[in-house]
Amino acid sequence: MSKETKNKPKLKLAIYWGAACGGCCISVLDVHEKLFDVVAVADLVFWPIALDVKYADVEAMENGFIDVTLYNGAVRNSENEHMAKLLRQKSKILIAYGSCAHLGGIPGLANFHNKEEIFERVYHTSESTVNKERVEPVTSYKVAEGTLSLPEFFNDVRALDQVVDVDYYLPGCPPQTERFVEVFMAIVTNASLPPNGSVVGATEKAQCDECQRKKTDNKRIKQFKRLVEVIDDGETCFLEQGIICMGPATRSGCGYRCIEGNSPCQGCYGPPSTSPDPGAKMMSAIATMIDSNDPDEIIKIVEQIEDPAGTFYRFSLPGSILRRKLIETQT
Amino acid sequence: MAFEPTIISFLCNWCSYTGADLAGTSRIPYAPNLRTIRIMCSGRIEPTFVLKAFREGADGVLMCGCHPGDCHYHEGNYKCLRRYHLLQKYLQQMGIKKERVRLEWISASEGKQFAALANEFTETIRQLGPCKIKGVMETLT
Ligand code: SF4
Ligand code: SF4
Ligand code: FES
Repeated sequence: MSKETKNKPKLKLAIYWGAACGGCCISVLDVHEKLFDVVAVADLVFWPIALDVKYADVEAMENGFIDVTLYNGAVRNSENEHMAKLLRQKSKILIAYGSCAHLGGIPGLANFHNKEEIFERVYHTSESTVNKERVEPVTSYKVAEGTLSLPEFFNDVRALDQVVDVDYYLPGCPPQTERFVEVFMAIVTNASLPPNGSVVGATEKAQCDECQRKKTDNKRIKQFKRLVEVIDDGETCFLEQGIICMGPATRSGCGYRCIEGNSPCQGCYGPPSTSPDPGAKMMSAIATMIDSNDPDEIIKIVEQIEDPAGTFYRFSLPGSILRRKLIETQT
Repeated sequence: MAFEPTIISFLCNWCSYTGADLAGTSRIPYAPNLRTIRIMCSGRIEPTFVLKAFREGADGVLMCGCHPGDCHYHEGNYKCLRRYHLLQKYLQQMGIKKERVRLEWISASEGKQFAALANEFTETIRQLGPCKIKGVMETLT
């Protein structure tokens, strides 16, 4: 620990999960022994996964009381929304931590459906459900002891910045812990921070720029395959082997960890700022690589890409240009 | 008021835009629903352009380039053709009907064909009605 951080008042840090899997909170715990460095300079004032601090305690804080909040998870229901607004008010710096807060993430894939379809599946047609009375969650219910309430489930999943102003984005599913520590230490030491609205803990380059696999400039692809259909040679660019890799449309910074594990990039760091819609970038990159000028053959090759929407926007549907599926019964 | 489709058309400078011009100078009347954007080559039509058109409220998107073999940059229209098929697959997953996006080849001499295409495509979109994706995207909760 350097001298200048030693005598400073401790930073007040909050960590919250919206619609999340818990992985982002775990990625913070993954600082391991560096946790001592973190708690030497910061007090954790709110962190539901680890501390018993109630929402009411947060409500009682003065505006701007918290120095830094890491909000992970998307905004799926009224509770997530309330907490996003509350934490915005109480925090000097609000960081969208992880893919879900950044662009909607995996929960954002629910934007291929609406509330009605999701309730129908979850409460009625799923194989393990017996629900003859067609019971569904309601936001308030009167019982003898009083009124019970539940958050409202929204029709749509939103990224954090579609609800409140966000100061920084720290991408990843989950973010690489080392990147978080770097960003955190930069805040603690008052190192010059990038302008508001910047993505931190990642670079401006694409995965392909850092990836060590062998690649040629003119990729020609005749056939797309699923990972299980190919014996990966362990060294040639995935795309050149006909396996969809999100490298061209994904920001680097993770240390191409999936590719190092012999698995194509799925795009969790989100797109670089030069191509803000990952699907649009992939469609244009892939179309350039398809090795055919014959309309029928092109259709055949395109057909081999099973699920372009789900593959190209796996982590970013709510944050993409079209945001959600149009379901015609919707008003 | 009756529904008037808003259609964004991307026309390549060398063939299709000239074809559309010819329709005009030949005084062939056609549907005024197209908002034309001239690009140098159909290979310049990024998927982003089409997605943004829908996001901003377009009811249909028309993409036109030189006939196969005639692209002034050799391969641009083939690139456009490949993008078009991939984009179509994606758009259908997003609930946007495939009839709302169309790719056609129009040469510099095909003024008549361009006018007929504009009329026919406008009619198709009129039948489909307004594209609701803009409204649905903005209903954020
Ligand atoms: S497409 Fe994937 S495997 Fe190929 S160079 Fe890019 S990141 Fe590496
Ligand atoms: S390689 Fe891609 S999917 Fe894997 S951690 Fe990095 S950005 Fe995320
Ligand atoms: S110049 Fe017309 S399509 Fe390329």
